[in-house]
Amino acid sequence: MKQENIRNFCIIAHIDHGKSTLADRIIEKTGTLTSREMQAQVLDNMDLERERGITIKAQAVRVIYQSQNGQEYVFNLIDTPGHVDFNYEVSRSLAACDGAVLVVDAAQGIEAQTLANVYMAIDHDLEVIPVINKIDLPSAEPERVIEEIEDVIGLEAHDAPQISAKNDINIDQVLEAIVERIPAPQGDPNAPLKALIFDSIYDSYKGVIVFVRIKEGTIRVGTQVRMMATGAEVGVVEVGYFGAGKFIPCDELSAGMVGYFTASIKNVRDTMVGDTVTSATNPCDEPLPGYKKVQSMVFCGMYPADGAHYEDLRDALEKLKLNDASLNYEPETSVALGFGFRCGFLGLLHLEIIEERLEREYNLDLVTTAPSVVYKVKKTDGTMIDLTNPTNLPDPSEIEYMEEPMVEAEIMVTSEYIGPIMELCQERRGVYKEIEYIEATRAILRYDLPLNEIIYDFFDALKSRSRGYAALDYELKGYERSKLVKLDILINHEEVDALSFIVHADSAYERGRKMCEKLKEEIPRHLFEIPIQAAIGSKIIARETVKALRKDVLAKCYGGDITRKRKLLEKQKEGKKRMRQIGNVEIPQKAFMSVLKLDDR
Amino acid sequence: MKELELYIHIPFCAQKCHYCDFVSFADKTDAFEEYVNALCREMEYYKERFAEQRIKTVYIGGGTPSLLPADLILRITDSLYKNFNLTETKEKRKGLFLQKKIRPTTEFSMECNPGTVDKSKLDAYWKAGINRISFGLQSTIEDELRTLGRIHTYEDFIRCFEDAREVGFDNINVDLMQALPGQDMISWQMTLGQVGTWHPEHISAYSLIIEEGTDFHQWMKKGKTISGEERNGIFLPNGEVKLLPSEEEERDIYYFTKEMLEKSGYKQYEISNYAVPGFECQHNIGYWKRENYLGLGLNASSMADNVRWKNTADLAAYIQDPTQAAEEEKKLSVKEQMEEFMFLGLRLRDGISQTDFVNCFHQDITLVYGEVLDDLYDQGMITYEEDNIKLTDKGIDVSNRVLAEFLIDPE
Repeated sequence: MKQENIRNFCIIAHIDHGKSTLADRIIEKTGTLTSREMQAQVLDNMDLERERGITIKAQAVRVIYQSQNGQEYVFNLIDTPGHVDFNYEVSRSLAACDGAVLVVDAAQGIEAQTLANVYMAIDHDLEVIPVINKIDLPSAEPERVIEEIEDVIGLEAHDAPQISAKNDINIDQVLEAIVERIPAPQGDPNAPLKALIFDSIYDSYKGVIVFVRIKEGTIRVGTQVRMMATGAEVGVVEVGYFGAGKFIPCDELSAGMVGYFTASIKNVRDTMVGDTVTSATNPCDEPLPGYKKVQSMVFCGMYPADGAHYEDLRDALEKLKLNDASLNYEPETSVALGFGFRCGFLGLLHLEIIEERLEREYNLDLVTTAPSVVYKVKKTDGTMIDLTNPTNLPDPSEIEYMEEPMVEAEIMVTSEYIGPIMELCQERRGVYKEIEYIEATRAILRYDLPLNEIIYDFFDALKSRSRGYAALDYELKGYERSKLVKLDILINHEEVDALSFIVHADSAYERGRKMCEKLKEEIPRHLFEIPIQAAIGSKIIARETVKALRKDVLAKCYGGDITRKRKLLEKQKEGKKRMRQIGNVEIPQKAFMSVLKLDDR
Repeated sequence: MKELELYIHIPFCAQKCHYCDFVSFADKTDAFEEYVNALCREMEYYKERFAEQRIKTVYIGGGTPSLLPADLILRITDSLYKNFNLTETKEKRKGLFLQKKIRPTTEFSMECNPGTVDKSKLDAYWKAGINRISFGLQSTIEDELRTLGRIHTYEDFIRCFEDAREVGFDNINVDLMQALPGQDMISWQMTLGQVGTWHPEHISAYSLIIEEGTDFHQWMKKGKTISGEERNGIFLPNGEVKLLPSEEEERDIYYFTKEMLEKSGYKQYEISNYAVPGFECQHNIGYWKRENYLGLGLNASSMADNVRWKNTADLAAYIQDPTQAAEEEKKLSVKEQMEEFMFLGLRLRDGISQTDFVNCFHQDITLVYGEVLDDLYDQGMITYEEDNIKLTDKGIDVSNRVLAEFLIDPE
């Protein structure tokens, strides 16, 4: 395929604005093989049919489009993750494209998240094609949305295709716009190899499958390649492109193409997203710009609910790490929770995704401690330490000062909720920067916020205080000095290390009180009274009491239905198993996460 | 000779009580006869299998067995005598034993709802060989009875009780309920005092448990806060709100019951059961001691030689084929037998005998439960009395927690 007949692009859209529906339509309306490949292979029609219906699950898919101009085009549609946690991954995916289709909901208009990604696409010099989706909705206002796109983003949008991906209206306009407006890739197939890694996955048979965009040169089976940042060198075993739902091997990938290669690589850490692949024997002079080593922003402890499953958790984390270079973990021990791991994530969503995968795919029952950001602690001896676990905070007498990470946050909100959202930002120690009205009814609020104030329940609070209308985007700004203290929780006079957290001195009392109240709800009554206390150092700042249980007796005998009685007792016993024994108090696992849900509005 | 207990379930009621989650139907008068036919077929089905076993107790429960016309009950008893080894009871009714005041060896109970029986029915039961009546009274307070959805009054009970005595019943139980919506210590003392004047041989005092799927469960909401504690209330459809007693009140009521009944000559022999010595319900004790029993009728449970099974809960299916099971029969493992031995046996105030354990399982109880027993003893939940291990009062208060400890973790 000639370079001028290749289009590499992605779709940018806010959640629910119809990205995957449009992707489905594009796959449906195109073929998966070029006419030459069709002749070369005897295809099972059933297979083909099945392939065409598949939603994009992989990060990329290649389809073949017969344009109205009579020519055949290769479309490489590259998926971009849709969350602020994955900003860096998004930027690398964009760097693999030459254009982007921007889907905007005809009723909802532009959202903060969309805006951030559009700006990022423009920064990468991508040609952005706006598309107005859901025009058949009764509440659709395409004209207003077109104006908004022109005003806010500064994109010409008057000839934007007005479509309904769901009901298959005007999809061909989108396909033609891709052919006409997105530039063909450039690059010399004979130059030294220079390819961008935009994703990689681990396959137990093939090893790591590396997703690349070839910028210069050609990669083929047998090429000895080097990853320029990690330095790993390997011989290519297979190259190919992305069929819908499967990998299709081919002979070579040359400048302008998107595809994959495998090389018996055992660890995704050797193939970091953003790294440049070059030839080991004929290397290019410099790597592609923009590579960053990803850093964990949020840390938490993960423990198996049943200590016997520690090995299982370790194996599962190891497997997930094969596929996720941004996941970090190291063993740690908690007095309360036993043996587990301190894990680092890109953000809270990333944490939740990993947690869910561990529970669902690996069938593990987990106890997760409150997430924490990385603090910097300047000690009196002049050293500076990174603190990822509140338990490791040095004695206050050894601390000169502490710093916490700050973010620049952009919150897009409709004007009626500006008040409540500003209030929320103030409560979370936000520093007001500016407000920008993007149209009569909407504005972007800019705040500097401490990261530790937004990793807990900020998203939830934002949504509930704006009836779901506010959207957040943020970027790490750096570290600032702050008055931080460690808040400890004592249950029945015993300190529970897994419940300790770092908090700003001014909100310590409030947080301590709420934490005690929450734990009172979570901890079941025991045969004795249980005091729950919050303390800073040796000073108790809040207290609640769980009253003693007086009665738990089954009076009835259910006739001869002993099975029913057994089930009741088993449930009781099972409930106890899901508890953690701290001293002589049993604490349910979810109590350890309760610190996350303290916003009670 | 091997022994067997029989349970016969009658799944019909005049109206469903608001707290009831047993399998029973109101408005199924049409099905009475067909159901009894099915019961008789089920008895024939088991005739051969249990031919060589002596029937130790019979219990007709429900639902409301006394809702059936007397002739249908007689068909059931006839079929019983025809298919099972029950001769002694039958002989008794010929007057021989009655005159000598000798208690028969087979206890034969039937549950009666005071709103559904009269003297002629009771007379028919007595003549059919039934020798123990269990009256479901629950409370003597009109307001509480109404709240529960009972169809009878306290006066109905008095009349029935006197009729039962007159036709000859010398072993009568009265069922009462504690922790009722709107109940307090005063109203409970009233109920217990009034029942005491009739000198029943046996009193069961169960605590109300609000089960899922019942009216009460649907009507239960956060009521109001009394002295800092939020109490649940039952919000009746007529707009009345009946608060449920607090745990403390319920325990006070429980201990008051025990104290008062013991002063009146009753002995607490199980968590919720009191009897004049010699009148303990043999049928129920059989469950706790893991005797073999055969459950007949809709959704009835059985256990024979450590195999448990259960009949279908589908009325039409049962009438079609009364031998249909609800689920696969289950052979109990030794582990499960041990667990049952403990969690059932400990309900009895005398507890379990360590010697019995050894005889059953051929190993010392401490080998299996040593650690659990030590822990529970240290916590004051169990106590030792000669060969027996039993729950303390404190152990009874939280018996669900205690009994759950005897479930053995899988290896």
